Amino acid sequence: MIGDLLIQGAQMALVLLLAPLFTGVVRKMKARLQRRRGAPVLQPYRDLLRLLGKEVVLADNASWLFRTAPYLIFALTWVAAALVPTFATGLLFSWSGDLIAIIALLGAARFLLALAGMDVGTSFGGIGASREMMIASLAEPAMLMIVISLALLAGSTQLSTIAAFMLSSAVGLRVSLALALIAFIIVALAENARIPVDNPATHLELTMVHEAMVLEYSGRHLAMIELAAALKLLLTVSAIACIFFPFGLAAGPDGLVRYPIGLASYAAKLGVAAVLLGTFETSIAKMRVFRVPGFLGAALMLSLLATLLLYVSRGL
Amino acid sequence: MTLLLLCVAALLALGAAGAARARHPDGTAVVYGGSLALCIIAGLVGLLHLGAAPQTGVLPLGLPWIGARFRIDALAAFFLVVVGLGGGGASLYALGYGRHETVPERVLPFFPPFLAGLILVVIADDAFSFLFAWELMSLASWALVVAHHHDAENTRAGTIYLLLASLSGLALLLALGMLAGPAGNFAFAAIRAAPPSPLGGLVLMLALLGAGSKAGLVPLHAWLPLAHPAAPSHVSALMSGVMTKVAVYAFIRIVFDLLGPPAWWSGVVVLALGGVTAVLGMLYALMQHDLKRLLAYSTVENIGIIFIGLGLAMAFRANGFAAGAALALTAALFHVLNHALFKSLLFFGAGAVLSATGERDTEHLGGLIHRMPRTAFAVLTGCAAIAALPPLNGFVSEWLTFQAILLRPDLPQWGLKVMIPTDGALLALAAALAAACFVRAFGITFLGRPRTAAAALAGEVDRFSLAAMLGMGLLCLLAGLFPGVVIDTLAPLMQALLGARMPAQLGLPWLSIIPVEAARSSYNGWLIFVFIAAATTLTILAIHRFASRAVRRAPAWDCGFPDPRPVTQYTAESFAQPIRRVFGSVVFRAHEVVLMPPPGDTGPARIRRSLRDPIWDALYAPVGHWITRAADVMNVLQFLTIRRYLGFVFIALVALLLVLALWQ
Repeated sequence: MIGDLLIQGAQMALVLLLAPLFTGVVRKMKARLQRRRGAPVLQPYRDLLRLLGKEVVLADNASWLFRTAPYLIFALTWVAAALVPTFATGLLFSWSGDLIAIIALLGAARFLLALAGMDVGTSFGGIGASREMMIASLAEPAMLMIVISLALLAGSTQLSTIAAFMLSSAVGLRVSLALALIAFIIVALAENARIPVDNPATHLELTMVHEAMVLEYSGRHLAMIELAAALKLLLTVSAIACIFFPFGLAAGPDGLVRYPIGLASYAAKLGVAAVLLGTFETSIAKMRVFRVPGFLGAALMLSLLATLLLYVSRGL
Repeated sequence: MTLLLLCVAALLALGAAGAARARHPDGTAVVYGGSLALCIIAGLVGLLHLGAAPQTGVLPLGLPWIGARFRIDALAAFFLVVVGLGGGGASLYALGYGRHETVPERVLPFFPPFLAGLILVVIADDAFSFLFAWELMSLASWALVVAHHHDAENTRAGTIYLLLASLSGLALLLALGMLAGPAGNFAFAAIRAAPPSPLGGLVLMLALLGAGSKAGLVPLHAWLPLAHPAAPSHVSALMSGVMTKVAVYAFIRIVFDLLGPPAWWSGVVVLALGGVTAVLGMLYALMQHDLKRLLAYSTVENIGIIFIGLGLAMAFRANGFAAGAALALTAALFHVLNHALFKSLLFFGAGAVLSATGERDTEHLGGLIHRMPRTAFAVLTGCAAIAALPPLNGFVSEWLTFQAILLRPDLPQWGLKVMIPTDGALLALAAALAAACFVRAFGITFLGRPRTAAAALAGEVDRFSLAAMLGMGLLCLLAGLFPGVVIDTLAPLMQALLGARMPAQLGLPWLSIIPVEAARSSYNGWLIFVFIAAATTLTILAIHRFASRAVRRAPAWDCGFPDPRPVTQYTAESFAQPIRRVFGSVVFRAHEVVLMPPPGDTGPARIRRSLRDPIWDALYAPVGHWITRAADVMNVLQFLTIRRYLGFVFIALVALLLVLALWQ
C-alpha cells in the first residue's frame, strides 16, 4: 500500500517534471534538423518560471471562467496523466479511472479551454475554439474506437491491465493492433496540436488552432496552460509507449529491482519518441484546415475497422 | 397506491383551480406550489417502491369488466421518481418563471393535468387506462404548446405535434390491441400471463413507432424542435426531460415486460435507429441558433443514446445473455435519469435567459456570464454534464453504455456483430459532437461581449428559478459522484425484468463502480472529483503563495487589432461553420456562396448558406403532399346528391356482408 502510494506520487511528480523537458527535446530536435542551433532543452522550464513570476494582464471583460479555467485545465490534465503508467504498472489509483475516463478528462480540459477562448469575445478566440471542437469531434471518436479495440483484446479498459496484457505472450502479431497504432498516432498528433494538424510554433497565423484559443492568456495563467499542453503531449507519448511498446515496464510484486529498468526504458522510449516526432514534424508540411477532417477521418475508419475485425474474429 | 391516486386527483383538481383563479395574483403560486408538493409526494412514493413488491389497485372506472387498474412495480417506481424529480423541478422553477406569463389562463389549467397524465401513464396496468393517460398527457401538453397561439409558428408547431401524437396513440392502440388478442384481455396481468404473441415482431415495431414518435426517435422527431420553443420554458423542460422519458417507459413496458423475449433482428433495428438518432440529433442541434430548438435536438440525441442502450439490452436478451442485458438496460435507465436532470436544468437556463433578455436566439445574446453569474454557473454545470464530462453524471451513463458494447459475447448473428461496434462509433461521434454543440451554445450565449442592448442590460433571475437550476445541477453532480447508489437502486428492477442484475456496487472498496462481475474495468467518480479539486486548489494556492498574484486589467489583446464592436466576435453560425462543412455538406446538403461586389463597388461581400432538412424533404413533405392531393380528390364526396349517398351506404353494406360471408 505505502509502496504503491509512493509509486503513484513518484509518477505524478515525474510526469510534471519531465513534461517541459520532453517539449524542449522535441524543439531542439526540430531545430537541429532545420540546421539551427535551437534553444537549450531546458528552455521550457525557464519560460514557465518567467511566466509564473509575471503579473497577469487580464482583458477588461474576462469573467471568472477565464481566470479559473487554466488551473482546472492543468488539474484535469494532471489527473489524466496520473492514471497513465509510465515506468511501472502498479499505480495505486489506476482503478479509479480507465482509458475512457482519461479521454473524457482530456475532453473536459478541452471543453474548458474552448470556452476560455470564447470568453473575451475576440475573433481569434472564436476561430480557435471552433476549429478545436471540429478537430475534436473527429479525434475523440477515433480515440474511443481505439480504446474499444484495445479493450476487446485485453478484456478491460483499464490501462494497467491493457499494459499487462500487452506484456504477456498472449498478444502476438495482430492486424487490429497495427490499425489501432496508426490511428492512435494520427489522433495523438491532432490532440496535441502538432504538425500537420496544427503548428505549435506559430502565432498570428490564420491556420492556428490551439494558440488562437490561448491568445488572451498571460502570466501564470499562460504558464498553467503551457504546462498542461506539455503534460498532455507527454501523457499521449506515455500511453502509446505503455500500450504498444510496454517493454521494460515494471510490473508485479518484485518490482523493486525492476524500477530502475522501467525508468531507463521509459527514458529511452521518450527519447525515441522525441526524435521521431521531431523528424516527422520537420519532414511534413502543415495541412489546410479542411484537409484535417480527411486525415482524422482515416483514423476513425482505421479504428472502426480494428474494432469490427475484433468483433468478427478473435484471432485478428 | 391510494396516496398516489389521491395525488393524481389533487393534480386534476388543481388544474380546475388554475382555470378558476388564473387571473388572480396568487393563482400562479397556488398552482405551482401545489404541483411542487404533489410531485414531491409522487417522487417519494416512487422511491419507496423501488425495492418493494408490486402493489396494485383497481378503480371502478374505465372498461366495465376490468375497471381501471393501476400497479407500481420497480419499473413504474423508477419512472415515478423521474416524473417526481422533473415535475417538482419544473414546478419550483415556475414559481418564479410563471409570474412573467402573459396568458396564465392558458397555462395554469393544463400544467397539473399534464403532470397527472405523466403519473397515470407510468402506473396504468391495463391497456385502456394506459391509452387514456397517454392521450391525457398528449392533449394537456398540446394545450400548453399552443398557449401562445397568436404566433403563427406556434400554431404550426401545435398542429404537427398533435399529428405525431395521434400517430403515436394509434400505433400504441394497435400494439396493445394485438397484445390483448381477440379475447380482449386488456389487463396487463392477463397479457403477461398469455403465451407470447405470434405477431410479436409486428407489436414491437408498432411500439417502436408509438413510443418512438413520442420520444423523438429519428425520423419521427419533427415535433420536438417545433413544440419545445413554442411552449413556456418550464413546460419545455417537462416535455423534454420527462415526457420523452415516459415514452421510453412505454417502450420498455411493452417490449421488456409484456411482449416476452424479442427476436434478435429487433435489436438490430433499435440499435440502428438509436445510433442514427444520436448522431443526426446532434448534427441538427449544431445547425441551430435558437437556444430552445438546439436543446430540443439535443433531446433527440439523448433519446438516441437511450435507445442504443435499449437495443443492446434487446440484443443480449435475445441471445440469453442476461447479465449483459442488465448492464445495457441499467445504462439506458441511468441515462434516462441523467437526461431528465440536465435537460430540465438547461431548459430552465434557456427560460432564465429568455425572461432576462426576451431573446431565444443566441446570435442576439452574449456576455451574460457577467450579468447572470449564478445562472451561468448552473447552465455550465448542465452543459458539462450533457457533454459527458467527468465527474458529472452524463459521463457515467455513457461509460456504462461503452462497457456494454465492450462485453462482446459470442453472438451468432452477423447483423449484431457489425451493428454493435458501429453503434459504438456512432455513440462516440455523438458524444464528441455534443461537446462541440454545448461549447458553442454556452460560449455564444454566456461568454464574449453582449451582441444586443437586451443582452447588455440583462439581470439575474429570481430565487425560485435559481433554486431549481442549482438543485438540478447539484443532483447532476451527486449522480456523477455516487453512481453506485443509482445502479444498486436499479438492481431490483433489473432482477424483475431480466432475471439478472449488475453486481452490487455499494460493497466495493472506495465506492467504485464495475460493469460486470468478472470485469477488470472500474470507475470512481468521487475520487476523480477529489483529485481534480485537490490538484486545482493546491495549484492555485502554491502559485498565489510562491509565484505572482498580481492582476492588471487592460483592453483585450486580440493580436494587436482589438475591435470594440461586438459584431467582430464569432457567432453561432460561424462557430458551427467548420462542422457544417465537414458533416453538413453530406447530411444537410449545406451550401455556401460568397457574393462579392463588382470591382469598384465599395459595398460589403455577402455570404449565403443554405441547408436542407433531409428527413423533412424525404418523409414529411411527400406525405403532406399526398395527403393534400387525396383530400382534394375526396373533396368531391362532400357535394353529392342524397341519392348517391344512399347508394354509397348500400354498396358499403353489401360489401361488408360479402366480406363477412367470405370470412366464414
